[in-house]
Amino acid sequence: MKVCDFTIRSNTRLNDRNHLLKISPVGNEPLPEMYPGQFVQIRVDNSPLVFLRRPISINFVDYQQNEVWLLIQRVGEGTTKISALSAGENMNLMFPLGNSFTLPDNKGNFLLIGGGVGTAPLLFLGKKMKEKGLKPEFLLGGRSEKDILQRVDFERLGTLYCTTEDGSLGEKGFVTQHPILQEKKYDFIYTCGPKPMMVAVARYAQQNGISCEASLENLMACGFGACLCCIEKTIRGNVCACTEGPVFNIKELTWLD
Amino acid sequence: MAGLKVNIGELELKNPVMTASGTFGYGTEYADFIDLGRLGGIFVKGTTLEPRQGNDYPRMAETSSGMLNSVGLQNKGVDYFVDHLYPKIKDYDTHMIVNVSGSTIEDYVACAEKLADLDKMPAIELNISCPNVKEGGMAFGTSCQSAAEVTREVRKVFPKTLIVKLSPNVTDITEIARVVEDEGADAVSLVNTFLGMAIDVESRRPKLSTITGGLSGPCIKPIAVRMVWQVYHAVRIPIIGMGGICNWQDAIEFILAGSTAIQVGTYNFVDPASSVKILEGIEAYLDRHHIASVNELVGQINYL
Repeated sequence: MKVCDFTIRSNTRLNDRNHLLKISPVGNEPLPEMYPGQFVQIRVDNSPLVFLRRPISINFVDYQQNEVWLLIQRVGEGTTKISALSAGENMNLMFPLGNSFTLPDNKGNFLLIGGGVGTAPLLFLGKKMKEKGLKPEFLLGGRSEKDILQRVDFERLGTLYCTTEDGSLGEKGFVTQHPILQEKKYDFIYTCGPKPMMVAVARYAQQNGISCEASLENLMACGFGACLCCIEKTIRGNVCACTEGPVFNIKELTWLD
Repeated sequence: MAGLKVNIGELELKNPVMTASGTFGYGTEYADFIDLGRLGGIFVKGTTLEPRQGNDYPRMAETSSGMLNSVGLQNKGVDYFVDHLYPKIKDYDTHMIVNVSGSTIEDYVACAEKLADLDKMPAIELNISCPNVKEGGMAFGTSCQSAAEVTREVRKVFPKTLIVKLSPNVTDITEIARVVEDEGADAVSLVNTFLGMAIDVESRRPKLSTITGGLSGPCIKPIAVRMVWQVYHAVRIPIIGMGGICNWQDAIEFILAGSTAIQVGTYNFVDPASSVKILEGIEAYLDRHHIASVNELVGQINYL
């Protein structure tokens, strides 16, 4: 873990609420090893009322360009300030934080299920899986077509299935209603997105005997295990989602009890 | 180079900058970010006689220039601390001080007794001001009678430096400070968090599972400075000041108001190296103003 300044290389608006920031360390110092599922904490500058850092998933690490990609969804003042940063401006990051998804050793059928901006860490995970010779498949859901982010990037890594609530792209409905879940037998599911979606995915995985990991987005203050605010209730008691997560095997969680 | 050493009771600190309980874990969480040996002291997480799971999620709500928390003293209990955590932290080149909390006077006493036996535990901070536990905690710190009683009983079993952490959720904080001084406290630390509340307007739900929680961060600083100043004029024992300190200017403000030492709290979450930056800022300030020792600055407000 360390704290350092990054320069924004580009800021691309993906839709009305989401921006893709590509950033590099000031001085272009080489990036350390990072793993899919880990996150960063961004300090929000020039906004005195916004006190805490904003935890953001690592969307992708491009080691050739020495760039980290971050998907920023504008929710409140903090994320609005961050998404308004322009190329050439700096921001202060604490990183890399948290554990990561488990990369499987053996070949099998892997499905990465994401919803909304929760698809962010799945791109980096898909890349790592592909590098290992595995074949990730993606099932992404959103309200409508414009909410399914980075489709081209995901399609480069593996088969992409989509659901939208209004039917503007892929199957109409929620990710758990996609027919592929009935047609194909998966060995491992990875999921990140809104909690109701992840709970539904976890239930499907449990009922079908599929291993499943979920990446949580609990509210947090510090991001490194000091404040004990982001706790998740597990079978081992309350644990910090920032240090013992954000990725948990659903067997550890108490969602389905 | 200005002198930075200060004394809290019999405890000598190499400098007045410490970190506040509940914001600094057991120090180890910060080892990647700073050299812990540079600090005057580290107040570790609130510790109770029995393990506590703390309150349900959500336990945190950000507010303007601050945050509410209702962690509820999640910790593994004093025995776990003594057996597993203390051995890992006792050799840091700084003072490790445990914040002791409880639901009954017997809990406080039993916890303090166990800590008194540890060689490298020179002091405890008696937490009579936690707003996030149902029984005890803040209840002890909001009446003179119970504050006096818990201080008196712990004093009997804890011969080393006894610091009592005061609650700001009282009508007159100087009354509480006076009674704990009378009962033998070596120092007071203030302030703990202010009882606060936040509501999500869309769902109309309280933002914390416990409905109310403790407010901290720069939003409380002017109130905390005022309370330190009042207590400085009410007691003779040293004051450890805290409440929203983010930079060296804030720290100097607390010292001028009457603090012999300070604690950096919530801002550690934003900048985990802030305590060391504050120390360096204090040092530069003293040199710039040709002040030989930080002690000369305590309570030295210029009213003219």
